[in-house]
Amino acid sequence: MTTGLRFAEQAVAASVADAPGSIKALRAEGAESFKTLGFPTTRNEDWHYTSVQSIATAQFTPAIDRAPSTGVTTESLAPYTFGADWPLVVFVNGRFSAELSTLAALPAGIRVLDMATASAQEAELLGKFLGTAAPANRDGFTALNAAFAGEGTFIHVAKEMVIEHPIHILHVMDAQAAGIMSHPRHVMVAERHAKASVVESYVSLADVSYFTNSVVEAFVEDGATLSVVRIQREARSAYHVGTVEARQGRDSHFLTFTFQTGAALSRSNVYTVLDGEGCGCTINGLYMLDGEQHGDHQTRVEHVKENCFSREAYKGLIDDRAHGVFNGKVYVHPEAQKTDGKQTNHTLLLSEKAQIDTKPQLEIFADDVKCTHGATVGRIDETSLFYLKSRGVGKVLAKQLLMYAFAADVLETIENPVIVEALEKLTVERFTGSSSH
Amino acid sequence: MLQINDLHASIDGKPILKGISLTVNAGEVHAVMGPNGSGKSTLAQVLAGHPAYEITGGEVIYNGENLLEMDAEVRAQNGVFLAFQYPVEIPGVSNAYFLRAAYNEIRKAKGLEEVDPMEFLDLVEEKLKLVDMDPSMLNRSVNSGFSGGEKKRNEILQMAVLQPMLSILDETDSGLDIDALRIVAEGVNALKRPDNAAIVVTHYQRLLNYIVPDYVHVLAGGRIIKSGDKSLALELEARGYDWVLETVA
Repeated sequence: MTTGLRFAEQAVAASVADAPGSIKALRAEGAESFKTLGFPTTRNEDWHYTSVQSIATAQFTPAIDRAPSTGVTTESLAPYTFGADWPLVVFVNGRFSAELSTLAALPAGIRVLDMATASAQEAELLGKFLGTAAPANRDGFTALNAAFAGEGTFIHVAKEMVIEHPIHILHVMDAQAAGIMSHPRHVMVAERHAKASVVESYVSLADVSYFTNSVVEAFVEDGATLSVVRIQREARSAYHVGTVEARQGRDSHFLTFTFQTGAALSRSNVYTVLDGEGCGCTINGLYMLDGEQHGDHQTRVEHVKENCFSREAYKGLIDDRAHGVFNGKVYVHPEAQKTDGKQTNHTLLLSEKAQIDTKPQLEIFADDVKCTHGATVGRIDETSLFYLKSRGVGKVLAKQLLMYAFAADVLETIENPVIVEALEKLTVERFTGSSSH
Repeated sequence: MLQINDLHASIDGKPILKGISLTVNAGEVHAVMGPNGSGKSTLAQVLAGHPAYEITGGEVIYNGENLLEMDAEVRAQNGVFLAFQYPVEIPGVSNAYFLRAAYNEIRKAKGLEEVDPMEFLDLVEEKLKLVDMDPSMLNRSVNSGFSGGEKKRNEILQMAVLQPMLSILDETDSGLDIDALRIVAEGVNALKRPDNAAIVVTHYQRLLNYIVPDYVHVLAGGRIIKSGDKSLALELEARGYDWVLETVA
């Protein structure tokens, strides 16, 4: 036992509570693993720049032990949704809300179920995937997520099915979320040659302190394409840890985009295993931090088979005393010949006290590969600023334009134009101060 | 319109301009010529308010006001325009957005209403013809991936949209083939009015075949060493800068 005794006790209590079979088993594994693993410390290489002491020493009530909030309405969610015809799965303060979700119009072959329904109606199918990409003993946070399993989504897209609109998983917190911890687990399966797109967003209607610890298990089977856009706009006082673990088949393509602007302390993990010939992943992100925010990104791409590609581009803008971290690992196994990997991380520091620790890591054990990585840390370019000013553009607007320009190209890598437009709007609002986060 | 009196400027502690005096009246075109390193581009950038230069002496009066006390954006809002020798690429900001933002900032500074995107598009489309630019250039990022000629034309487009009182063209001819040069020069000439003025900085006489100056000044070692009319440019072209350096010495 290391750190987080109170959490371990809560986890044991959760594991003995009544739950469907697959959930109960996952909780037991989670509780057991967390007792061994505890919270990571900064002595752990993967957590070197991010201390989670503020989470470990705080006290949270599991969302699954709280009554659902009734204060959130469809109207209050309107600013956070995309289109009326997008399938919507809503969680309020960590609990699934059937009333606010819209899942009626899905064609046969596309299942979008909340975890309770899935574990009752699709126990066998869910059981094949649950806890296999992100096993409970993976690390402390994944263990904790397993220990409090019960809320989440099961998305299953049958072979050769193409979803029309992205499925939006919306986590919303209101004032009653103060002091809760939410551990959603979303299992997403794109079968052979299926094409699916998911948006996973985290928003809050009140600035209260709570802890989100989410896990996505993504299964991208042969020839399938799955895109996951994660929008982290948690309350400024919140803690957020989000992990995506993917398993990829032959010729599959897995795409993630992580948009991170919220929370006091935030950690985003994207891990994938390229375990089929000719598959690839595109892992991009944009982080904007200010005040005292701390935002950490870790990615790991494991090239296991031949002829796979990985593309990774993260950009960040850090202001005030905020602290950003990027650690991108690309691991090329000996048999992964003809690997084509490219990774970049570019950060603009907007103040003297802003800080970024960037650590791209390539570990290559094959001899016929093409892998590049690069990281830059800079400030607003004075020549560009002068150019804009010389055209009459005031200093404030000129800086905003340059910041936006820096961020825009990575946003434009998102395939869906509705999402691009929404995130561009959020980006502009962030720079013009017309939104709190 | 513009009086430069004994202007001294340096960069990183190194003096570049060592006492420049020059008067430009409305309706006039002044050519500033000189060998490499003479301070021509520094003069252009100092007038536009480049922050890298330190003013170590002298004054610049623009329409009765102290130009050197104004920030770069205030100078632009008051009608000063610099066409850059090396226009800056700004990936991620569309040309259309940039032009409209600049246009509206200048209007705001004058207490005028901002124009909406549709209204602005009508205005720009007319100006595009002046520099023979395709409307598709408006949707591209500012100067990003533009050829040398496209960048210079884009500078003149900005000038046409912003309608400055004092235009400073910093080696706008360098790197242009004869066709591009003609388009750029015709654009500049079309914008000439009795109430505005231009300072054309160039290394070569070639541009002055198309933009005919009222005065020609030769800059060397940070000072104007000789002034004359357009025939001075022709003489320089024929005899080279060494000739003028020797005659002055």
